Amino acid sequence: MEREACTFSYCDKPAIEEKNVDLLIIGGGMGACGAVYEAVKWAKPNGLSIFLADKAALERSGAVAQGLSAINTYIGSDNDPADYVRMVRTDLMGIIREDLVYDLGRHVDDSVHLFEKWGLPIWKAIGEDKNKTLEQGGKPRRTGRWQVAISGESYKCIVAEAAKSAMASYDKAEYVERVFIVKLLLDSKEENRIAAAAGFSVRENKVYFIKAKAIIIACGGAVHIYRPRSVLEGYGRAWYPVWNAGSTYAMPFQVGAEATMMENRFVPARFKDGYGPVGTWFLLFKATATNARGEDYCAKTEYIEKYAPYNKNLGTCIRNHMMIEDYKKGLGPMYMNTDKALAELAKTIDAKHAKELESEAWEDFLDMTVGQVGVWLGNNIEPDKIPSEIMPAEPYLLGSHAGCCGLWACGPEDLQNDATRKAGYVWEYKGKSYNRMTTVNGLFTCADGVGASGHKFSSGSHAEGRIVGKQAVRFILNNKDYTPSVDKTAEELAAEIYAPMELFEKYKTVSTTPYSINPQYITPKQFLFRLNKIMDEYVAGTIGWYSTSETLLTKGLYYMEMLEEDSYRMAAWDLHQLMRVWENYHRFLTARMHLRHILFRQETRYPGYYYREDFNLIDDANWRCFTNSKMDPKTGEIKEFKRDYVQLIPD
Amino acid sequence: MPSWVNPEKCDGCKAQDKTACQYICPNDLMALNREIMKAYNQEPEYCWECYSCVKICPQQAIEVRGYADFVPLGGNAIPLRGSDNIMWTCKYRNGKVKRFKFPIRTVAEGSIQPYEGFEADPNMADLDKQGFFTHNMRGDTLKHF
Repeated sequence: MEREACTFSYCDKPAIEEKNVDLLIIGGGMGACGAVYEAVKWAKPNGLSIFLADKAALERSGAVAQGLSAINTYIGSDNDPADYVRMVRTDLMGIIREDLVYDLGRHVDDSVHLFEKWGLPIWKAIGEDKNKTLEQGGKPRRTGRWQVAISGESYKCIVAEAAKSAMASYDKAEYVERVFIVKLLLDSKEENRIAAAAGFSVRENKVYFIKAKAIIIACGGAVHIYRPRSVLEGYGRAWYPVWNAGSTYAMPFQVGAEATMMENRFVPARFKDGYGPVGTWFLLFKATATNARGEDYCAKTEYIEKYAPYNKNLGTCIRNHMMIEDYKKGLGPMYMNTDKALAELAKTIDAKHAKELESEAWEDFLDMTVGQVGVWLGNNIEPDKIPSEIMPAEPYLLGSHAGCCGLWACGPEDLQNDATRKAGYVWEYKGKSYNRMTTVNGLFTCADGVGASGHKFSSGSHAEGRIVGKQAVRFILNNKDYTPSVDKTAEELAAEIYAPMELFEKYKTVSTTPYSINPQYITPKQFLFRLNKIMDEYVAGTIGWYSTSETLLTKGLYYMEMLEEDSYRMAAWDLHQLMRVWENYHRFLTARMHLRHILFRQETRYPGYYYREDFNLIDDANWRCFTNSKMDPKTGEIKEFKRDYVQLIPD
Repeated sequence: MPSWVNPEKCDGCKAQDKTACQYICPNDLMALNREIMKAYNQEPEYCWECYSCVKICPQQAIEVRGYADFVPLGGNAIPLRGSDNIMWTCKYRNGKVKRFKFPIRTVAEGSIQPYEGFEADPNMADLDKQGFFTHNMRGDTLKHF
C-alpha cells in the first residue's frame, strides 16, 4: 500500500518546540544518568548547554526502574581489570572488544563508590565493619567474583536523584520527562555528522526539534522483538524491561552508524514464568540446577564436545545449550533446588542466621523481580520446601548484560596497538579520537548501546555513560565553530512523526471497529504481534528451540519486507498509541538487523542462544571476527561485513 | 502480574494535573478516568509489575493481581515503602503470610550532594586524559595492561 503523507488535514497539528543546545542526551537510565552527571561537571566551566530527554520519569526509568539486588560489576582491590576481560571474553565466546571492556573495568568502581556515598546500601562481608565504605577499604559481600550484594530497591531513585541534583546545580542543564525522541538527523552541509533529533511529548500535542553539537543516545536494549512464552497479561513479564524498544540501535543505524554483533542475543535461563534472577541462588546459596531426574545437566559434557574448544569453560550460552538438550530429551522440568540449598546451609548456621538467610533469599526477588514472588505465592511454592522450575526465556537484544549487540564504537586511545588500529578500533575526527563515539561524528552511545563489550550491568552502564559524558563535552569544545544545519523543517518532521495519527483520523470510519479491524491500517499491537510471529518462527525463537537456517531466514526476510511497508500503516488514536507506533518501528528495524546478522554469520557462535542448523559448529578459522553492518542513509542499502578481532589480553 | 486500582481508595490524586501513578509508570500504562476520577491500568499486557505505581500511590490504592497466564488467584505481595526502608507482606494462596523489611537508602531523599568533595571546576587540560573528573581531580593514574 502507498505510504501516505500527513498534511494535518485530519488530525490536530502539534505545537512545535525548537531547541538549540550543545549536548543532547537521549534516555534516562543508568547510562544517561551517568552521562549527564559527568557532562555537567565539564560543561559548566565552559558554559555549554545540556538537554536530557527521557521517555519516562527519571526516578523510575530504564532497566533498573524496579531495583536490583546486586551490582554485578565491581572490580575491587581484589581483582585486575585484565581478569575481568578474560571473564567477559569467555562468556561471550571469544569475540569482544578487549579495549572497551578493559576500559570499562578500570573505570567502573568509581561509580560504585559514588552510589554508596549517595546512599545505596551495599552489603559488607560477614564479620566486617558495616560502616566502612568500599572507598574506605570496606570489604563487600561478594556473591560471585565480580558481584556485590545490595539492598537496591531504590537504586534507580538514588542514581536519578544525583543526576537531577547535578543538573539543578547548573543553570544551563535541563531535562524533560515523557518526551520520546524517535529520529536522529544528519547535518546537511557536513557529511556523516549528527546535527539534530526529533521526537514528541507523550503528554501533550507537542513535537520537539532539537539541534545539538553532540548527541548521546542511551535508550536501553530491545525487548518484545520475540514472541514471549507468555502472551496474555504475562506478555509484560519480560525478563528485561518491556519499554526497551531497540531505539538505541534503530535510530543511529538509520543515520549510518555502524552496528556490531547484532546477531548476538541473550536468552536468560531464569525461574520459569516470573523470570526471577538465578545468580544469587547459584552463587550465594550454592543451589544446584538439575533435570527432573535430579541429574546435573551441566555435567553432560557429551552435549558440547562438538563446540570445542569452547567446551572447556562453560559460558552462559553453553550452559543454556546443555539445559536445552535435556529438555529436548523430555527430561524437564528443570529445577533450581532451592529446598536442598537452604537445607544444606541451615546445617551450618543457627536459628537467627537461618532467618536472615530466608530474608536474603526473598529480598533477592523483592528488590528486583516482585513478579517471581507472585509466582511463588500464587502457586504455594515455599522455597525451603519445593524446588522452583527454571527455563530458558525468549531472546533479548542488549549490550550490557550477558549479551553484546550494539553499535561499533571508537576505543580509548591509550589501549590500542597496530592490529587494533588496522581493525578499526579507533579513528580520528579532525585529528582527535573520541572514546565511545559511534561511526557518525558527534554521535555517542553507552550502556546497552556499545556493542561487543557485554557484562557492564548497572554499574558499568553508569560508568560508560560518564565516559561518553566527558568525551561528548570534549568533542563539542574541540569543534566550537560548528553550527548544525538540517535540511528538514520542524513542520516536516512534525508531519512525519504524527503520520500515524493522521492515518487513524482519516480512515477510522471505514469500519465499525476502528480500534481493531480496519482495512486501511493496523494497530501498533497488531504490528508487534506480526513481528513477534515472524521472529519466533523464522529467526530462532522459542517455538523451535532457537533453531534456524538460511532457508528459514530468507523466508523470514521476505515477510519482513512487507512488514516494513505496513509499518507505515500503523495507526494511533492518542499519544500513548503514537508512542507504541514509534517503539514498534524501532523494534522492527532492530529485529531486521538481528535477522540479517544471523544470516550473514555462517556458524553457530552462541549455542544455547541460537543455532544455525545448517552450520551447527563454531568456526574460528572463518568467524572469530566481528560481524558489522551499516545502512547507507541516502539509499537505505544495508551491508554486512567482517572486522578483525584482536586479542589484547593473553589467555 | 498487572497492577489494579481499588476504586474505594483511589481519589484520582484529587484532580491534580496528573496522578502519581501516571507520573511514575515507566511504560506509561496508568491512565485517569476523568469522569469518575479513578486511575486504571490501560494496558495490563504491557505491565512489568515493577510496582512503581504501587509504591508511589499516596492512598495505597494500587495492588497487583498475578498474571492470569500463570499465577493462580489468591496470593499477593504488598509493599509499604518508607523513607529508609520497605516492608513487604507476602500472602500465599493457602493463607500463609511472610513479612520482610529491607533498607532502601542511607541518605535521606532530597539530600544527595552529587559533587561532594569535588566542588571545584576540573582542570580542562584533563579533558584529553582518560578517567573521570573524580580520577583526574584526585590525581589517580588509570590502570593499563
